[in-house]
Amino acid sequence: MQLSLGPIFYYWPRQQVEDFYHQALASPADIVYLGETVCPKRREVHPSEWLEMAAPLAEAGKQVVLSTLALIESRADLATLRKLCDQSGCLMEANDMAAVELLSERNLPFVAGPSINIYNSASLRVLQQAGMMRWVMPVELSRHTLQGILEEVQQLGFAQQVQTEIFSYGHLPLAYSARCFTARNRNLPKDDCQLSCLDYPDGIPVHTRENTSLFTLNGIQTLSGDIHNLLAEYHDMAAIGVDILRISPNSSNTFQVLAQFDRIRRGETLSNQLIASDQEAATFCNGYWYGKPGMDFT
Amino acid sequence: MELVCPAGSLPALKAAVDNGADAVYIGFRDATNARHFAGLNFNDSKADQALEHARRHNVRLFVAINTYPQPHNWSAWQTAVDRAAHLGVDALIVADLGVLDYARERHPQLALHLSVQGSATNAAALSFYQRRFDIRRAVLPRVLSLSQVRQLAAVSPVDLEVFGFGSLCIMAEGRCHLSSYVTAESPNTCGACSPASAVRWQETASGRESRLNGVLIDRFKAGENAGYPTLCKGRFKVEEQTYHALEEPTSLNTLALIPQLAEIGIKAIKIEGRQRSPAYVAQVVSVWREALDHYHNAGECFTPRREWFDTLSRVSEGSQTTFGAYSRPWQ
Repeated sequence: MQLSLGPIFYYWPRQQVEDFYHQALASPADIVYLGETVCPKRREVHPSEWLEMAAPLAEAGKQVVLSTLALIESRADLATLRKLCDQSGCLMEANDMAAVELLSERNLPFVAGPSINIYNSASLRVLQQAGMMRWVMPVELSRHTLQGILEEVQQLGFAQQVQTEIFSYGHLPLAYSARCFTARNRNLPKDDCQLSCLDYPDGIPVHTRENTSLFTLNGIQTLSGDIHNLLAEYHDMAAIGVDILRISPNSSNTFQVLAQFDRIRRGETLSNQLIASDQEAATFCNGYWYGKPGMDFT
Repeated sequence: MELVCPAGSLPALKAAVDNGADAVYIGFRDATNARHFAGLNFNDSKADQALEHARRHNVRLFVAINTYPQPHNWSAWQTAVDRAAHLGVDALIVADLGVLDYARERHPQLALHLSVQGSATNAAALSFYQRRFDIRRAVLPRVLSLSQVRQLAAVSPVDLEVFGFGSLCIMAEGRCHLSSYVTAESPNTCGACSPASAVRWQETASGRESRLNGVLIDRFKAGENAGYPTLCKGRFKVEEQTYHALEEPTSLNTLALIPQLAEIGIKAIKIEGRQRSPAYVAQVVSVWREALDHYHNAGECFTPRREWFDTLSRVSEGSQTTFGAYSRPWQ
């Protein structure tokens, strides 16, 4: 299976983004997704500059994919997206049906990101016919559902045309809102958010009043409080036909995590406990894979 | 503007029809719709009676088949589409791409509306559904400001329906997994958000506690209004402060926006609440009927009446209402 680096969900200073992709150059990632997927106000890296940042990665042999916004609300958001579709020249990840429409209009192949709702093979078929060459399974779906979908895709005879990518490590993207929860936390209106997200390179943790980790706030996005970790499911995923495992970036140990997945790929036997630096700060979850509450850990 | 009203039972449907609904939407008694609650919704014979009652009063009937099937239960959604088509309802409200595809292929004459769960918030997304499935109408997610709704209505390839009143989802509908993260059940997969089966109430020394699958959602002091523990309306700790980190218990009410919505070109107003009682439906529908009729007659001189707000506030979550995302400061 291939390993991918998902788009950075958080708002990092430009230098941090550059350093991150510099490190990615020598990493075992086969595929690198870049681009802003959460908030159009985040301009440390301008929409047109992501591609410049991607050039060395492509030269290093990585497949580069430009990810797009998950929630497209204004005419300006749509105009930006249209421009990216016209100019990018590289594979793009659609995170809203707007991008699906614009890319399919242009006969361009695309990846359907995790916020595109694909819950069955009939939906997969519709999008494959629109030009989708890869899908990232919605995070709330289980192994059981994935296996069912992949079996049907085999029967329908288009398995060769679609790759399957699974969100395998990181805080799960759970919801998108009109409201900015980071601005709300600071008692600021969204229109005057003062780009507060820059102060939270891994989002803002939300706990219950009993100190149970629950969610992570990241602007208009809500992520899981725990870290979804399918490292232990590596061989199972390979067996049922998964092509790509996605590791979602954080500000501290993304490349250690990637290295762990790579070691398993190269045949080493690892236990799930080895990603120690995260364990100090957070707990793991993997419930969705087993058809249980996403926050559960088996 | 068409007044589209909820019914989770035959008595609620009659309440909606009798109080001035132009159209009523219902769901079947299974997970194919986004209000899959015990004791709610319509079996075959009740659906027949619903259609008969609606027809007699010249009211349109829509069926919501707006959740997302998976391989193990896909056939239930096919069956629901076929049942609705054979009943001869006026439109299906659908979210899933596969179900839309099936309905369009199998029943070419059937009017299709894109459900709010389809999460289309912009012209390009609407164009996708219009071109592929010939949808006639889309229900907009409750995430757009009034000026964004205006921009969209000016270029939309299909008629637009917006939410006017009821429970307020603050996340883009169809793209929220908070509920399944805590309970394994979500609106997309099971037609339920923060399902009642996962709710526990507990009296403790520090107050009344509401839990969802064991997770503490809120704790209420004596005399505090204890709302249903919907995940996005809980009080949580963020950087040492405890507050409604996502949203307060409140309802959406856009009664005062009727003139703007009409002028923008919105074709229908949706009232949320298939899970609500017939009495609730009767009250809310009659206020909205009166308001829309008043606007029809008064035009620019439309002034909402105080008693309308009083009636709606009494039945609102937390007894308070908001414009929600239509108002930029709320965002």
